[in-house]
Amino acid sequence: MAPPTSSQSKPGRTLLALLALILAMGATVALQKAFVPKFGLDLAGGTTVTLTPVTLDGKAPPPESLDRAVNIIRARVNGTGISDAEVAKANDNIVIQIPGVGQSEALKLVSTTAELRMRQVLAVAPAKMQPQQMPIEAPTPDPGKSPSTMPSAVRTPSGAPSGGPGAAATTTPAGRALSSALLAAPTPSPATRTGHRSGAKTGAKSGARSGAGSDSGSEGGSADGAGAGTSPSPTPSPQPNDDDPLAGQDTSGIDPALLTEFREIDCTAKNRGQGAQDDPSKQIVACSDDGTARYILDKAAVQGTEISGASAGTDPTTGEWIVQVNFKSKGATLFADITRRITSLPAPRNQLANVLDGVVIVAPTIEEAIPGGSARISGSFNQVSATELADQLKYGALPLKFKQGSVESVSSTLGQDQLRGGLISGALGLLVVVFYLLLYYRGLGLIGMASLGCATIVTYLTVAVLSHNAGFRLSLPHIIGLVVSIGITADSFIVYFERVRDEIKEGHRTLRSAVEVAWRRARRTILVADAVMFIAAVVLYFLAVGGVAGFAFAMGLTTLIDIVVVFLFTKPLMTLAARLRFFAKGHRLSGLDEGRMGRTSPAEQTLQEA
Amino acid sequence: MPGVISRLYRGDIDIDFVGKRRLWYGLSAVLMVVSILGIVIHGLTLGVEFKGGSVIDFARTPGSSLEQVRESVRDIVGHDPIVQQAGPNWRITTQSLDGTEVSAVQKAVTQRFGVPQEQVSTQVIGASWGGEVSQKAWIGLAVFMIAIMLYLSVAFEWRMALAAIVALVHDLVITAGVYAWTGFEVTPATMLGFLTILGYSLYDAVVVFDMIKEVTAKLGTSAKMTYTQAANDALSHTLIRSLNTSLTAILPVAAILFVGTTLLGAGTLKDLSLALFVGMVVGTYSSLCVATPILVTLKEREPKWRALAKRVAARQASAAKAAAAAVRDDRTATAAVAAPQNVTITDTKRKKR
Repeated sequence: MAPPTSSQSKPGRTLLALLALILAMGATVALQKAFVPKFGLDLAGGTTVTLTPVTLDGKAPPPESLDRAVNIIRARVNGTGISDAEVAKANDNIVIQIPGVGQSEALKLVSTTAELRMRQVLAVAPAKMQPQQMPIEAPTPDPGKSPSTMPSAVRTPSGAPSGGPGAAATTTPAGRALSSALLAAPTPSPATRTGHRSGAKTGAKSGARSGAGSDSGSEGGSADGAGAGTSPSPTPSPQPNDDDPLAGQDTSGIDPALLTEFREIDCTAKNRGQGAQDDPSKQIVACSDDGTARYILDKAAVQGTEISGASAGTDPTTGEWIVQVNFKSKGATLFADITRRITSLPAPRNQLANVLDGVVIVAPTIEEAIPGGSARISGSFNQVSATELADQLKYGALPLKFKQGSVESVSSTLGQDQLRGGLISGALGLLVVVFYLLLYYRGLGLIGMASLGCATIVTYLTVAVLSHNAGFRLSLPHIIGLVVSIGITADSFIVYFERVRDEIKEGHRTLRSAVEVAWRRARRTILVADAVMFIAAVVLYFLAVGGVAGFAFAMGLTTLIDIVVVFLFTKPLMTLAARLRFFAKGHRLSGLDEGRMGRTSPAEQTLQEA
Repeated sequence: MPGVISRLYRGDIDIDFVGKRRLWYGLSAVLMVVSILGIVIHGLTLGVEFKGGSVIDFARTPGSSLEQVRESVRDIVGHDPIVQQAGPNWRITTQSLDGTEVSAVQKAVTQRFGVPQEQVSTQVIGASWGGEVSQKAWIGLAVFMIAIMLYLSVAFEWRMALAAIVALVHDLVITAGVYAWTGFEVTPATMLGFLTILGYSLYDAVVVFDMIKEVTAKLGTSAKMTYTQAANDALSHTLIRSLNTSLTAILPVAAILFVGTTLLGAGTLKDLSLALFVGMVVGTYSSLCVATPILVTLKEREPKWRALAKRVAARQASAAKAAAAAVRDDRTATAAVAAPQNVTITDTKRKKR
């Protein structure tokens, strides 16, 4: 008799662990009221929208950009790849279908362009001038290099523009700040002061003239002061006209046409340029996304295409939500260059605006050159908005701007008869299987049945939990796949049962030791075979997209469930059963009786062994 | 017959799978050729999701049901269209239609539901599973094959890896062939069915190989069995498990296929369960009759196993002589040599080929 192994001695404990797992998942399901898993497009229907590309000349967009847009939207809409959404081209439009009704918010999200551009701030002002504005105060003494002098600026993003320029200053930036991940100060204040530094430009490189600049790189459109170099140019300071938002700001190097536009733009209007496509090789006027500030921005220094990855997370020290952005090598160089160049400039020209789809989402002061190829965007994010922005940046910008057509809910593509038919016939098939197992394995069949039941429960709970927490959607192929996978669970214990019977057939072992020895051999087979399934699932999940990825996810899931059930349920149950007289003595109905084992009588067995 | 069943029941059977390998190779070759011919001649009927198609929208009139809508256009488009409610409309998605077919559909809708013909709009829709989705799926499949080859080469050996992959391709080709000949539509659901087969086929082969590895590992230089015999032994050993497993997996699928084809007519259920059913039957066959024979063919080329086969043959030849002599001398001794004698018979059979 083999020495009892640890697993043999504590089968009860293992079963309890499994029970705890099931109860925990059951409690989650009950608490979330997630009893019915969410279904995919084919079973539950969903929401559909047609996106029409908007081109400047009104002509059809190039097919390549449309294809690229389809791929990006598919990546965004599927996110983790298990939501079973569909994206297709229809003529020159893109049709998106998302499972579930009332998904118009999600649809809006995926159709935003997400074009990120980093541009140096050339001038800034509150959104709208108040008629009775106070004269511009004397220039704030600080040259914009002491970022944390006005912490309130960071925290009051949505204050309405009020009379005084001081107040206005606090409302200027959107309250988000970008800093190097390495940077110590977590929230460099935007520190934008409207009424100071009339002309003291220092350190501006006088290379390309921004007005006519043809270079869209980092150097292009640098703040070339009138005098360039280090000579401060005494641009007329505070103009008598109080209404001029440019009062007191250095307008050198800015396209005159933009100055007019800047004066006229109303950033408090509902439509303040969101979703616009800005030309990266030109200076632009833009609003902050909360409508509290307006900016004149230089040509794009770094573009979203230079981003290699983005992730949402929390700042370890402050706990606030941030988006961490990593650049490709060229982007890293560009970003290092622009930050190095502008950090020594006076405010507001030491601010680097992040323009997303035509609006400034954040314009932090750059305190020092940021090498290393990564930056982070921090500020008034919450988990949802940070994740959203990270996803948009990660999957890239759409090469086209889209107009959203009508949002419609569509019914399922499959008749309900298909689901019902599938479920009923699958259940019938399983019932036949159960009868067969009982007939063939008798008492062992009971253990098999219990294992199947356990696998079904665990599968159901996992699917319910995942569909409510990870966006997993069950489609008909998934359901059929789950039915098949139950067959694979059955295989695991069939392999085990056959091993047990082999051990007993091979001779002089008691059932107790046979169960253990057979387990060691069956375990290897089960693990090796399940590993094949799991590799298949993992490879396809990560490499394929759309429905294939979703299906691979389900496949990997069921493989894991198989292992859990066999290790934590079937095996301990076998160990317990081996202690029962019914099995140990080879009762006629136990499935382990001698007639079954090919031994006609113990006497003959002994004879053969001799 | 009851004898066979009870022997099966006890797991006490000995079928010479490996010895008949030429028969299996022949059978598989014929099946593969027929399948490939079917794919070449008939081609696969790809669904709207792969090729794109036409979308027809018209207002939902009171009292019209989904079945009626499907019914009204089925004959014109020649297959079962996807019918959905989209906002206040019915939306029919079909294969690409040309001008005359479009107007035929419009007429049919007008006649049946009284919707003015000009209010039946048609639109061309692209493939939701085209381009990138298919391309990435193929890349995934290629990487998967390589990963499995590597894994099986490490866990077992490269010969087993090769045999398993050959069996896998065999299963997929034959399943695709069945689709080509029957003209069943290949939809995304079918593709997912293929993926399931892929996993299942490999899983089955691996379980069998694991047993072969275990049995043949005990074969030393003084073994009384050749690799072929040992492998066949292992197969017989796992036969019960193979049959039981296949039955448990196939029975539910067969039930779904039955319901899908006979009671529900066309639909995803039929497309999917046919793929699974055919794939699983072929997969069970191939793990026993294709994967293992290929493995044995590869293994018997190894010097080690060839030498063993020679030694076993020589030893058994002399044992047979001795036994024959013993039988002449003393008939009561038969029982003692019963087992070796069995082996001799199979061995001479092999030598004849």
